[in-house]
Parts: sequence; structure tokens; C-alpha cells
Amino acid sequence: MTASLPRPAVGRTVADVPAIRLEDLTLGYDRHPAVHHLSGQIAPGSLLAIVGPNGAGKSTLLRGLIGELKPLGGRIIGNLDARGRVAYVPQKDGIDVSYPVSVFDLVAMGLWERRGLFQAFVRRDTDAISKALALVGLSGFERRPVGTLSGGQLQRALFARVSLQDAPVILLDEPFSAIDNATVDDLMGLVRGWSSEGRTVVAVLHDLAVVRTHFPETLLLARQAIAWGPTAEALTVANMARARGMTEAFDDSAPFCEVDHVGAGGGHGHAHHGHDHGQGHSHDHSHAHSHAHDHAPSAPPSRGSQG
Amino acid sequence: MDWLLAPFAEFAFMRRALAGIFALSLAAGPLGVLLMLRRMSLTGDGMSHAILPGTAIAYALFGLSLWPMTIGGLLAGLLIALLAGTLARFTALREDATLASFYLISLALGVMIVSLGNSNVDLMHFLFGSVLALDDATLILVASISSVTLAALALLWRPMVLDGLDPGFLRTVSSSGAASYFVFMILLVLNLVAGFHALGTLLAVGFLVLPAVTARFWARDLNWMVLIAGVVAMVGGVAGLVLSYHASLPTGPAMILTMGAIFLVSVIAGPAGGLVSLVRAGPHRTG
Repeated sequence: MTASLPRPAVGRTVADVPAIRLEDLTLGYDRHPAVHHLSGQIAPGSLLAIVGPNGAGKSTLLRGLIGELKPLGGRIIGNLDARGRVAYVPQKDGIDVSYPVSVFDLVAMGLWERRGLFQAFVRRDTDAISKALALVGLSGFERRPVGTLSGGQLQRALFARVSLQDAPVILLDEPFSAIDNATVDDLMGLVRGWSSEGRTVVAVLHDLAVVRTHFPETLLLARQAIAWGPTAEALTVANMARARGMTEAFDDSAPFCEVDHVGAGGGHGHAHHGHDHGQGHSHDHSHAHSHAHDHAPSAPPSRGSQG
Repeated sequence: MDWLLAPFAEFAFMRRALAGIFALSLAAGPLGVLLMLRRMSLTGDGMSHAILPGTAIAYALFGLSLWPMTIGGLLAGLLIALLAGTLARFTALREDATLASFYLISLALGVMIVSLGNSNVDLMHFLFGSVLALDDATLILVASISSVTLAALALLWRPMVLDGLDPGFLRTVSSSGAASYFVFMILLVLNLVAGFHALGTLLAVGFLVLPAVTARFWARDLNWMVLIAGVVAMVGGVAGLVLSYHASLPTGPAMILTMGAIFLVSVIAGPAGGLVSLVRAGPHRTG
């Protein structure tokens, strides 16, 4: 059960949080990969955008990170299962706004780690919730039913909830879809604040202008990593074109991927299994590798042999 | 006033029925509201038929006897709940589809088994219950189920609400979502069995569904909604009981119809989204 452990209310140290390492990670549904042999590292405190066409596996990757989806292959290292480690904002349509709860109730969910199943909210919590609402510009909205909020207001409320969670890793799934520019600017201010506090922020985004302006690092995903590194290098015209060329449909007659059984040392025999990602594939992976090397020299290259 | 009180002063079976209605209503308020919010009102209906084969088999073996029929109903209901819930949670199948299938099979099977006993009276008892024939043991059972339900809901209220509101989020902070869902399904079956004794398999879900959807038209706040649902269940149940006494109507249908009438009035006159409130919204504010 969730007997709440005592912990500092604010300013949790984030320095001791390990990096998130993806080792040859394959995630998917019904054995069809949605994220295919992804390796790399998300350093503590990094501000990473995940970009890619629809069906590229972006949301799937986040669902894998929060442990909702078990890997079909490979693994995720970084202790993300630990209590209070991850704050996650799902896509807005995952929330049933027909529920008769107030903005206060919705935001108060962010205090779950502190109050758990049973504990009552105390004055300090109410203050924290008011402060979080003020932070996102929703002061005075406490008693409003969530169903009456606009899309932007709902997203602001969800960001208030994240700030209450006080987690070292923050995952945002398309936080700015159907949100106007003013709101995006406000919320990006919050994201930068979290980042400057040393928290790791990973956001799935579609607006490349936002990515280029605010996110130093980008993972361009089209099932596998097309590019992973500094945003300017990742979002080149050539890379974007390759990402768009990804086949979106699952192929039920696709042979089983045998990369795990191929020897190490760059021998990623992807070209043989029929997807349209043969050309330049070795480049993709080497890019992902070199990035990973920056942080963890020992991690990915040996992966091919562990199957 | 005498019209209202005399039946209870005069007849013990009316007082028993009254107690049974109060017990059913207490649990039906919060449970029914959760059922509605989870969009599971039809699920509840399907589940209420799922208990029929269990009670029917117990009846075939032991006759019209409280405990075998209760246990049979619980087992059958829990089995179907687990099956349908598990399938819905872990596979691509949607809960409505699985439940509709189970419910059809259960109802047909139950009616078949009861009919083998060759008594139309018994079949009517299974389908429509007999709130006027609640004996002490049944009454204690119904009251116990109601108490257990209220206690469990009090303990697990937070995850039960949040698991419907934002399950994706709840999963990241707690594993209580899945657990509370299964507890919820168990409570649902328990209360359907309680309702079965009073109202039969066809109407057992009435106390859960009608008061909750009625409350939606009177409150925008969850706590008020729960309270109003409980009150509507009690008022509808008692009014139906008294009406059926004076007009010699079948009691179960009279109670459900009374709740139905309250529901229809609420659809029209309810301040929270009722038809009148929609038409006569009044002048809009400046901001």
C-alpha cells in the first residue's frame, strides 16, 4: 500500500538520479515493434524532445519509460520504477473530463506521493496546490469543474499537477497539441524552470519551431532512432525526409527480426527484414551510438551479443 | 400521513421491506455513482444477469434457500466479473462486448435451469424478486453487504475515483488502480446479489443505476451526487413500496418505476444540465 514515506516537501535533490539508459529497446504490440532496437542515454537534467511522424513510437516510448508497456526486447535502465521518480502527463484525451471533480481535485492528484490512499489534505497541501495553480496562471480556478476548462486551461492544470509531484524525471506526451502560442510560451517557461532545477524533461512534440527554440537535444524517432543528438544536427532536412519515409503499417507477414542473433560490432541486419529503412541505417545507429558514448562508453555497442 | 405510515405499523413484512430498501439504498448511492462515472451502467445490468445461473443451479440443488443461492450467485457473478474485467484490462476486447455475450448466455441458461423445476412462481421470483418476503436471514445478509460496501468504499474512494478520471496518471504513482478496480467489481457483484433477493435478476441493478443518473441532474460535485443518489434510492424505494401496497401493484417494478419517474422529472427540471436549465439559461455574464 502507499503508506507515505517522509520526504522533503520541496527541493528534492535531483543530482543523485541516474541517467536513463535504453539498451537495444524494442517496444510494441502483438510482437510488432513500435519502437525498434533503440539504444541511447538520457543524461540527468537533459531537456530532450522526441520528434517523429505519427506512428513513430513516440508515445509508446513514453509508455515504456513509465513501465506501462513491457519491452519486447532490450531494457530500460534508470530505476524509473522507484516511487516518485517520474511525473507523467498523458495525452489530454486520456482524462475523462466528464467526471464531476474540480480543478483543485485534479491538481491535488500531484500530491499522491505525499498523501497516498488515506491521508487527509492539510493546510500546507492546500497552500501548495494554490501555489501550483498560481504558477500556471489558474489562480481562482480551484472550484471550477474540470469539464468547463478549455484545452489550454486543462493543460495548465496538468502542468500544475506535475509541479506538485516534484519528480526528478518529467515525461510530457504531446503537451502542446491544440494549444495556442501564448499558452505554449507560458508552459515552456515552466519546462525551462524544471530543467534549470536539474530535472530531466522528455517531451513528445510536433511543433519543430518549439523544439528548435527550446530543446537542446532531440531524438528523431521513426520506430528506430533516425537521429539522436543536438537538435540542430538531428533535425536536418535529410533526416526529416528519412523519418517521413517510415512505413507506418504493421506487416503481418514480416519475418521475425533476427538482429539479436547477429554478431556484435555493427552487424545490424535490419535490411533483410523488409522494412523500408535499409539505406543509411548503419548511419542512424552509429549516430545513436556516438551520442551514447558521450555519456556511457560501456553501454550499447556490446548489445548485439546479448541476445 | 396515515396513508404513508399505516402499512408499516400494521405489517411486519412492510417494515422488513423498508429496512431492506434502506440497506440497499445506502450502498447504492456511492456505488451507483461510481458505476455511472465509469460508464459502466450497462455493465452493471449485464452483471446482474450473470448471477442468475449461479442462483439457479443452487436452487436446482437445494431449493429456495438463502445461503446456497447467495453463494451460487456470488460465485457466478465474480467469475463473470473477473473474466470480463480481466479480458477488458489485458486484451483488445472491450468490456461491453464480452459482457453482452456473457449476459445473454447467463440469462438464457438461468431461465432454462429454473424452468426445469416447472414452477412459474419460482421463475417470477428469480426474475423480479420478492421484496415483501424478506426474512430475517436475508435482511441481515443485505444489511451486511451494505455495511461491507460502505467500509470498502470509504477505504478505497480515492483510487476508485481517480482510476476512472485519469487512469494513465494513477498508474504512474500507484498500483492501487487495478486493485481498486477489482474491489469495485466485487462490491458490484455483492450488491447485485443483495438486489437480486429483493428485486430479482431483471431489476437488481435498478437501485444502482437510476438514482445515480438522477443525481447527475442535480449536482455537479461528486460528494453531493453520492448523497443525492442515496436519497433518491430511498425515496423512490419507499414511495414505490407504499404505492404498491395501496394499489396492489408488484412491489419491485413499482419501486423502479417510481425511481424512473423521479429520473424523468430530473431530466426535465434538474438544474445541472436538465432540459429546462438548458432552454432557460438566463442572460449571460460579461466574463
